[in-house]
Amino acid sequence: MADLHFLANPARFRRFSQRVLPSLAFATALMLLVGLYMALIQSPPDYQQGDTVRIMFVHVPSAWLAMAGYALLAGLGAALLIWRHPLAALMARASAPVGAGFCAVCLLTGSLWGRPMWGAYWVWDARLTSMLLLFFLYLGHIALSRAYDEPERGDRAAAILALIGVVNLPIIKFSVDWWNTLHQPASVARLGGPSIHPSILIPLLWMAVTLFMLFVLLVLLRTDTEIDRRRLENAEQQA
Amino acid sequence: MSGFAALVSRDLRLVWRRPGDVAVVLAFFVVATTLFPLGIGPEANVLARIASGVLWCAALFAALLSLDRLFAADFEDGTLDLLLLAPWPLELAALAKCGAHWIVTGLPLALLAPFLGVAFGLDRDSLLALAATLLVGTPTLSLIGGLAAALTLGARKSGALLALLALPLCVPTLIFGAGAVEALATGGDFGAHLAVLAALALVALATTPWAIAAALRQAGE
Repeated sequence: MADLHFLANPARFRRFSQRVLPSLAFATALMLLVGLYMALIQSPPDYQQGDTVRIMFVHVPSAWLAMAGYALLAGLGAALLIWRHPLAALMARASAPVGAGFCAVCLLTGSLWGRPMWGAYWVWDARLTSMLLLFFLYLGHIALSRAYDEPERGDRAAAILALIGVVNLPIIKFSVDWWNTLHQPASVARLGGPSIHPSILIPLLWMAVTLFMLFVLLVLLRTDTEIDRRRLENAEQQA
Repeated sequence: MSGFAALVSRDLRLVWRRPGDVAVVLAFFVVATTLFPLGIGPEANVLARIASGVLWCAALFAALLSLDRLFAADFEDGTLDLLLLAPWPLELAALAKCGAHWIVTGLPLALLAPFLGVAFGLDRDSLLALAATLLVGTPTLSLIGGLAAALTLGARKSGALLALLALPLCVPTLIFGAGAVEALATGGDFGAHLAVLAALALVALATTPWAIAAALRQAGE
């Protein structure tokens, strides 16, 4: 926790991110190249799904990150409302569109996979619907945080919304267990170990780590931009 | 508790003196539901099949339509500042405002819906079930809508933003509300749907007043 409080100061955060960003960007690019080779060329086609299984290497990590991104928004919202961390507001502003982007990628890739496998681009199943609602919650957060003339009010209103909207996360996670859905049940994080063959599981986890790094990279980069933007706005008001 | 009753009766008195505001919402509900048979076509079995979903969606839109003024008038004329300064909890004030909103919109919508259901060819049991689900479900809409109204207080384009915030959060209520009526018609478990609907209302009752109060406090700063 001490480290996180250390980063709550925007100037210190900037020094930290400036030092980390170049190497993180390089590592992410390298990981992505290897990951794409593993996912698109090296891993075998599925015996039922054929080559469409490769969509999963992007789809599944995007879904995880879309949910993790919303949990991050809720955590930042709590940090803003409880401790009034100035950086939490800027980071929430920076990370909401990134999370929404991963959510959109998850929905789009799922739709492209659904057409050959289920015979439909979209079905109104509990997992798909709750993921779509998550996307709408992201849109609401983005719109609300930018709807005020004083940015601080938008930050705090959006923080409250993030904390309320977090009830959707367990619904998404357990939707495949609670309802009899067309979407397949959990096959990686489950009791008794993953039910996926290592030849598919290893590239999947590799891509998950890679996209997680990409997520962190984008959030750090965008938070830097938000810090600059807020400073510029304050300078304009004083001038 | 007397403050709670006073705030509810004040809001009801305000509406009583300008009944047109409620009449517009109910008129919207009637007109919006009338559009569906005209757009989809008058086949009786299709209409009876979609009636519960259409009436529930129209009730949701009508309830949202009336929400943008829930706190805005108090925000503009300074009443909200007095509520913030008052010695009793702002959470109760939020609950009182949402309760008054439910009495003047949710309740009339629930009572009106069965009459519109007749035009869709619903049978007697389904009409009663529709009214029951709306009675149990509309308080949730008032509470969630109240939260969206408090969050968008003083925002640009607050009306459209309010709908964007409230609609996703209202989806579970819509699914189980319309689903209950359909469960009755298709031999499903009506009681289970109604119980989930009531559970959603209780969760909203227990959580939203705190969030509304937090939103109102930051609006008052």
